[in-house]
Amino acid sequence: MATTTNPTSQAPVAAPGGVAWRPWWIWIGLAGLALLPFVGGKTGLISNFAFLQLSLMIVYAIAVLGLNLLTGFNGQISLGHGAFFAVGAYTAAILIDQANWPFWATLPMAALACFVAGYLFGLPALRLEGHYLALATFALAVAVPQILKYRHFEPFTKGVQGINIFKADPPFALPLSSDQWMFLVVLAVAIVMFWAARNLLDSRIGRALRAIRDQPLAADTMGVNSSHYKAVTFGISALYTGVAGALHAIIFEFVSPDSFRFELSIAILVGAVVGGIASLPGAVIGGVFVQAIEKYADALTKKISATVHLPLELQPWTIYGIALIILIYTMPTGVAGGLSTLRRRLKRP
Amino acid sequence: MAKLLEVSGLKAYYGSTQALFDVNLALDQGGVITLLGANGAGKSTTLRAICGMVRTGGSIRLDGQPIGGKATEDIVRLGVGHVPEGRGTFARLTVDENLRVATHARRDKAAVERDRDMVLEYFPILKERLTQQAGTLSGGEQQMLAISRALMLGPRLMLLDEPSFGLAPLIVQEIFRIMRRINSEARVSMLLVEQNAALALDLADHAYVLETGRVVLSGEAAVVKSDAAIRKSYLGY
Amino acid sequence: MEQLIQQIASGLANGAIYASLALALVMIFVSTDHINFAQGEMAMFSAYLCWQVMQWGLNFWIALPLVALGSFLAGVAIQRMILQPLHNAPVLSVVVVFIGLLTIFHSLAGGIWSFTIKEFPSPFPKVAFAGSGYLGSHQVGMILVTLLLLFGLYAFFRFTPLGLAMRAAAQNPGSARLVGVRVDWMLALGWGLAAVVGAVAGTMVAPVVYLEPNMMASILLYGFAGALVGGISSPGGAVAGGFIVGVLENLIAYFGNLLEKTSGIYVIGNGEKLSVALVIVIIVLTLKPDGLFGQVSIKRV
Repeated sequence: MATTTNPTSQAPVAAPGGVAWRPWWIWIGLAGLALLPFVGGKTGLISNFAFLQLSLMIVYAIAVLGLNLLTGFNGQISLGHGAFFAVGAYTAAILIDQANWPFWATLPMAALACFVAGYLFGLPALRLEGHYLALATFALAVAVPQILKYRHFEPFTKGVQGINIFKADPPFALPLSSDQWMFLVVLAVAIVMFWAARNLLDSRIGRALRAIRDQPLAADTMGVNSSHYKAVTFGISALYTGVAGALHAIIFEFVSPDSFRFELSIAILVGAVVGGIASLPGAVIGGVFVQAIEKYADALTKKISATVHLPLELQPWTIYGIALIILIYTMPTGVAGGLSTLRRRLKRP
Repeated sequence: MAKLLEVSGLKAYYGSTQALFDVNLALDQGGVITLLGANGAGKSTTLRAICGMVRTGGSIRLDGQPIGGKATEDIVRLGVGHVPEGRGTFARLTVDENLRVATHARRDKAAVERDRDMVLEYFPILKERLTQQAGTLSGGEQQMLAISRALMLGPRLMLLDEPSFGLAPLIVQEIFRIMRRINSEARVSMLLVEQNAALALDLADHAYVLETGRVVLSGEAAVVKSDAAIRKSYLGY
Repeated sequence: MEQLIQQIASGLANGAIYASLALALVMIFVSTDHINFAQGEMAMFSAYLCWQVMQWGLNFWIALPLVALGSFLAGVAIQRMILQPLHNAPVLSVVVVFIGLLTIFHSLAGGIWSFTIKEFPSPFPKVAFAGSGYLGSHQVGMILVTLLLLFGLYAFFRFTPLGLAMRAAAQNPGSARLVGVRVDWMLALGWGLAAVVGAVAGTMVAPVVYLEPNMMASILLYGFAGALVGGISSPGGAVAGGFIVGVLENLIAYFGNLLEKTSGIYVIGNGEKLSVALVIVIIVLTLKPDGLFGQVSIKRV
C-alpha cells in the first residue's frame, strides 16, 4: 500500500525587491573597515583581541553564507555544515603544518577539497528531500569528530591532540600586528566571496537554483538538470563553509576533532536562521550573531541567572534554542527579512 | 417541527476562490433530498461545507442548532455521517476495524451492538471480509463499507457523495435498495449527491440542481423526474 | 565463538534501546510526517528527572512511572503548543524548531544538573542466571523492560478503541475526522507516548553510558539508523531495525577487531561505530529509503 508525501521543502522566500545592496554606503563602510587596522591599531583604540573577534565574525559570516546558498536559495536542508567547516580547517592546518604551505595558498586547496566533499555528499543526497536530507546531514554532523579521529588519518590529523599552527606575520613589513593583518585578509576574502555569490545568484545558474527550490518537478520538466545542479550547489555551499573553516584554523591557530562537534553545525544553522536564510546580508548578520553570542552569551546568562535567582545555571544554548523557536514564529525570514519588510513599509507613502 | 437541516445563503471558499453562492437547502426529518448537476457544479463542495471541511459563510443549522464554523469532528459527533467521494475507507485497517473506529466515541454499548448487527444484515458480504484489509475490497464492497461506517456513527443525517461512482449497475441498484431501507427502517435522513440522476430521483423526496455553485432548480423529485422538459434542460436526459 | 555470541547478545541489549528510540521516532513520523530530532535529548532529560526523583529518596520503580507521566504530559504540551501551530509551515521551519527544542533540553539538563558525569544505579538486582556469561543482569533487565513496553504499546494500538482511533488519525486524518476522531489530540497523544518511550529508554541506558547531557546524541543516531533500516513508516519495522542495528554494529566491530588481531590490519573497530551508523543511514536513504518493512512512498505531483 502506498502513502503520499508532499516533498517540496519550501524555504522561506527572500523578500522580493530584495536588496540592491550596492549603494554607495556599502563601499564607504568596507573602506572604513579596511582602514581600521591602520587607524585603530596605531592609536590603540581597537585591541588585537577586538580584531580577532571581528575576524571571527566575518569568518562565520562566510560559513553562514555557505549554508544560505544551500538552504535559502536551493531549498535543501543541512544540519551538518560543521563537517565541511572541519574539512576546510583540517586541509589548511595539515598543509601549513606538514607541507609548510603559506596560509593563503591553503585557501584554494580547502575550497577545492570542500567542493569535492560537498559534491560527493550531494550526489546521494539528491534523492532526499526535507527531513530525510536533514536526517542524513544530522548523522554526518554527529559522526564528524569520530571520523576525524580515525586511526588511519592520524598521521595527518595528529589524532585527538590536534594540530597547532602559527599565524603568519604581515608581509612587506607593514606596520600591523598579526591579528590586524589577518583581519584584512579575512575581509578581502569575504568581499571576494560575497561578490562571487551575488553574481552567481543573479546568473542563469542562480535562477535555475531558485526554480529548483520553488518547483522542483516543474524545473525538471523545463529541462533544468536538477540532479546536477543540486550536487553542484552542495559543492559550492560546502566550498564556502570550508573556506571559512580554513580561515578559522589559520586565525585560531589550532584544530582538533572535538572542535567540530555537532554544536558547530547548529551554530551555523542558528546564524543562518537568525540572519535570514535566503539573504546575503543575512549571512553577515548571522555571522556577527554567532560570534557575538559565543563571546558574550556566557556573561549575559550569568547576569540573568544572578538577577532572576534561577535554581539553575542558565546556559547560552538554552537562550539560543528559545530564540530560535521564537524567531521561527515571528520572523521566519530572519533579521534581514524583517529589516527588508520594514524598509518596504517605511517606503510606502 | 424544525427541519433537520436548514442551509441558507451558504457560501463556500477554497482559499480565495468562491465555489458556492447563496445556496439554500432544507431537509425534513426522515426525508431524502438529492443534489444534482454537472461535474464541478459544487455538489461535493456543499457536502464539505456542511461538514466544516471548507471555509463557509451563511447559515447552516442542524436541528435548529447552528453548526457553521465548527470543526468537522465536532459536527460528526452531533450526528452527521459523511460518506465522502472516493469512499475514504482506512485502507490499511481491517473491515472490522473500519467499523469499530466509528464507534470509539459512543457510550451505549447495546446500541452499538444493534447497529453492527443491522449493518452486517444490510451488507452480509462485509461479514465475510471482517478480517481483511479494507484496501483489498472491491469498489462495491468499499462503498458498502463506507456507508456502514457512517451508519456505525448512529447518525441522524447521512451525507452521501456519489455512491454510484465507478460501480457496476447491479451493485449500484443493490446499494440504493439498502439506502432506501436505511432511510425507512433506521430513520436516517439523507442528503444525496449523485451523477446518476434517475436513481437519485427515485430515492429522493426533493431535488436541487446546482450549476456553477448556484441552485438553479428546486422541486419535488417526482415532478422533476416526470417533467421531460426540466430533465432535458437541467439534467441533460 | 563464545565471544561472537557475547557480541550478538550484547548487540541485542543495545538494540533494545535503539529499538525503543526508533519506535518513538516512527510514532511521531507516522502521525505528523516530522522527524523528532529532539527525541534523544528529551529522553536524556527524562533520565535526569528520574535520577533526581531517586535522589529525593524514591525507589526507581516508583520514580519511573512518575517521570513517565511527566514526560507524557510534556510531550503532549510540546505538540499542542509549539508544533501544532506550525503544521502548515515549511519543512525547514519545523526542523529548526526541533533543533531549538534539542538545544533547550540539552543545555537545560546541563544547567540544572551540571555537565559532570553522574552514576545512575542499575535498578536490576545482580542475579546470577543461566547465560550470565553473555549478558549482565542489567542488560537482561533492559531487554525485558523494553519488550514489555513494546508489547504494551502494541496491545494498546491493536486492541483498544483509543489506539485504533490514533492509528486511523495517523493513516488518514481526513477520514478520521469524518468518523469523529479528534485528530489534533491524537497527534498530541502520539507525542506523549513517544516521550514516554524515550523516557524509559533513557533510564534503561543511563546506567550503561553514565548520566551526562551528551549521553543520547550517538544513541539517537543509532535510533535513526534503526528506524530507517526497518522502515520509518512502520512501527514494527523500526523495532526490528533497532535490534538489527544493535547487533550489526557489534558484529562489524567484532570482525574488525578479529581482522586486526589476525592480520595486523586495522580497518574498523570500536572507534568507528558512529561512522558505521552514518554509513548505514546514507546507504538506506540512498538505496531503499522506505527500509525493509516500510511502505513505498509516492510523491504527490
